[in-house]
Amino acid sequence: MNLDFSDDQKLLRDHVRRFLSEKCPPSAVRAILEGPESYDKEVYRGLAELGVLGAAIPEEYGGSGLTHLELCVVAEELGRVMAPVPVSSSIYLAAEFLLAAGSKAQKETWLPKLANGEAIGTFAMSEGQGRTSPEKIHAKVEGGKLTGTKSPVADGDVADFVIVSARDEGGKLSLYLVNLKADGVRRETLESIDPTRGQARLTFDRAPAELLGTKGDGWHIASQVLDRAAILMAFEQLGGADRALEMARDYALERMAFGRPIGSFQAIKHMLADMYVSATLARSNCYYGAWALVSGAAELPVAAATARVSATTAFQHCAKNNIQVHGGMGFTWAFDCHLFYRRSNALALSLGSLSTWESQLIERMSAGNAGAAA
Amino acid sequence: MDFEDTAEEAAFRSEVRAWIKANAPTHLEAELKRANFGSNGVVSEDPIAAGKAWQKKKAEAGWACLHWPKEYGGAARTPIERVIWGQEEGPYAALTGVFTIGHGMCGPTVMAWASEEHKRKLLPPLASGEHIWCQLFSEPASGSDLAGLRTRAVKADDGSGDWIVNGQKIWTSGAQHSDWGLLITRTNPDVPKHKGLTMFFLSMTSPGVEIRPIKQANGASGFNEVYFTDVRIPDSQRLGEVGQGWEVSLTTLMNERLSIGSGMSTGFPELFRFCMEAEIEGRPAVEDAAVRSKLAQIAVKQSGLKYTGMRAISALSKGETPGPENSIGKLVAGAAMQDLAIFALDLQGEAGVVWDDESPQQGRFQAMLMRSPATRIEGGSDEILRNIIGERVLGLPGDIRVDKEVAFRDIPTSGRAKPK
Repeated sequence: MNLDFSDDQKLLRDHVRRFLSEKCPPSAVRAILEGPESYDKEVYRGLAELGVLGAAIPEEYGGSGLTHLELCVVAEELGRVMAPVPVSSSIYLAAEFLLAAGSKAQKETWLPKLANGEAIGTFAMSEGQGRTSPEKIHAKVEGGKLTGTKSPVADGDVADFVIVSARDEGGKLSLYLVNLKADGVRRETLESIDPTRGQARLTFDRAPAELLGTKGDGWHIASQVLDRAAILMAFEQLGGADRALEMARDYALERMAFGRPIGSFQAIKHMLADMYVSATLARSNCYYGAWALVSGAAELPVAAATARVSATTAFQHCAKNNIQVHGGMGFTWAFDCHLFYRRSNALALSLGSLSTWESQLIERMSAGNAGAAA
Repeated sequence: MDFEDTAEEAAFRSEVRAWIKANAPTHLEAELKRANFGSNGVVSEDPIAAGKAWQKKKAEAGWACLHWPKEYGGAARTPIERVIWGQEEGPYAALTGVFTIGHGMCGPTVMAWASEEHKRKLLPPLASGEHIWCQLFSEPASGSDLAGLRTRAVKADDGSGDWIVNGQKIWTSGAQHSDWGLLITRTNPDVPKHKGLTMFFLSMTSPGVEIRPIKQANGASGFNEVYFTDVRIPDSQRLGEVGQGWEVSLTTLMNERLSIGSGMSTGFPELFRFCMEAEIEGRPAVEDAAVRSKLAQIAVKQSGLKYTGMRAISALSKGETPGPENSIGKLVAGAAMQDLAIFALDLQGEAGVVWDDESPQQGRFQAMLMRSPATRIEGGSDEILRNIIGERVLGLPGDIRVDKEVAFRDIPTSGRAKPK
């Protein structure tokens, strides 16, 4: 049994961590929070040059031809530093949609550009308030032209193309690839709880759309890709949870009150211990997800929901208690606590909310592939 | 990332599996699978005798105390082989639960501190299941603060060098079945509490030892009180130096927390099955959104514990020492089980108040409800476990101890006592 990353993968982690600690300090995240840019172009270019954007993209499409395990390692590191880059949209989603359902031409056109960072892709499903479900999707494609509104779309303000779930002429849900530079596309940047990751509203008025995958198969393909993306996203959340815990621990060691470090008070110590418990459970569940992701196990849907629910819970828990441990200082703009708090709550909603994944986990377990989780 | 055995592990596993298949008391399997809190589930014959018989059989074939050296009755196997044996033993492991404290805690303490002569005398019959051991540590007035214990050992005034023990221990599992006990006492009340302790082992049939079962809050009696009235212990049965008892006890307690990969159950599989069968307004409970949310949160705890155990096994398989993550097991499982029991009763509606042992569903969660408070206390309370995680894993400073430099006899014993 080896429920762990290999030595090579751990070397990759060290390598990516060094790169990010140099190029993506908290000041870089703040620059996106406070400035006009939507993402950190230099960090994104650097990740492309390291070959990690294309880690799980086959070499024939310009990737590094490694496995999704390497991508899990990278995701955790991006999460630790809250990297303000569109990796989840472009790599966990757009690239995975192309790999899962794209035609040879679509793959050849876009995958090399996603791998080298020249293009950014994203995925658009939600059309507004409430949990996303098939009935709520009204965007429509007629005669190869898409009409409708998608909101919010992560990185929709900077993406070059988007994979859209929409109804075909027969009313069935299908997926379409839309070039966002084409006519008939309007984008508006949205204010959000985490401005370090851009959100947009995309309005399509007879925008050219090409089918991705089989007609009528849209919901099915999206579910499969979202499961895979959920595992990668869980690693980002895990990295964030760990880092928020470390930050709280460091402050508890340094901050004095009543003549002693606050970490010596059980009220604080036990709060930190519980954060450690959450982060540890999340790590173990993420490793289970990573195994399912690369082994093609039949229980992948259960493993994905397990990793996602556990990591979402852990990141929210660690980020909110990080502020609590910091006391009033934790609620200042100057301290970085709110960056984790923002990111934890934004990631909890992307790819579907926590309650949606909780429901899916139990639905999938009752459907019979519960063996491993019981 | 895989769950596969190495070639050597697979060979070992198949050897173990074949031996267990040929030798295990298969006629008890169904009863053992019903094992619950404190009992091994055997009702058709004497459960202790059945446990001793299984342990003896294992010992004769070289499968007892796999990690112990051979000269003390063990098999000198690697940690990963011990884990594999445990996985293959499955329900039959419950049979030998009465030896858990002896094999897991008392034995390692004897091994670390006793004379060679005592080790060769005491350990082989412990390994082979001939002798049962208990641990006499906790007292009514010292639980989490173990070093505050009051049971006194004083030198006999007859020049024999023997010690005379008076006092009381509590929460002693299996005392009524035990041949030997590991006993921590206070030998010097004039020095700070950690410095005046001394460890002994003694025969549980020594004159002056009286064992009384405790009636617990759930009505059962799995634990005992043990009273000592002028119990005489030869000085040769001392472990460590006089005054070194605290250090000796740490050997025992470190071993208590070393159980790896056991994947403590939260009771989730039972709750999940129940929610598949129970109904809310004519629909299966498992389809209800609130039920799903609650189930999912418990499911990821159960799964997280399972894979945390597997990460530890992975480390052992590579010959590495598992990390501190295993310290979360009981903390997570204990609280989850209590939470889960309350939730299951809620789903049963007003009928949840009925505790019917004849109905498997109507009794199980009620039993869990009434037993789970103990899980959060025994073997290190939730609060002690959080201190351990906070201090040893996260590196936070210890609490300020107001009694640290005070002679034991000057430490206040009542919160209502007037300050001097």
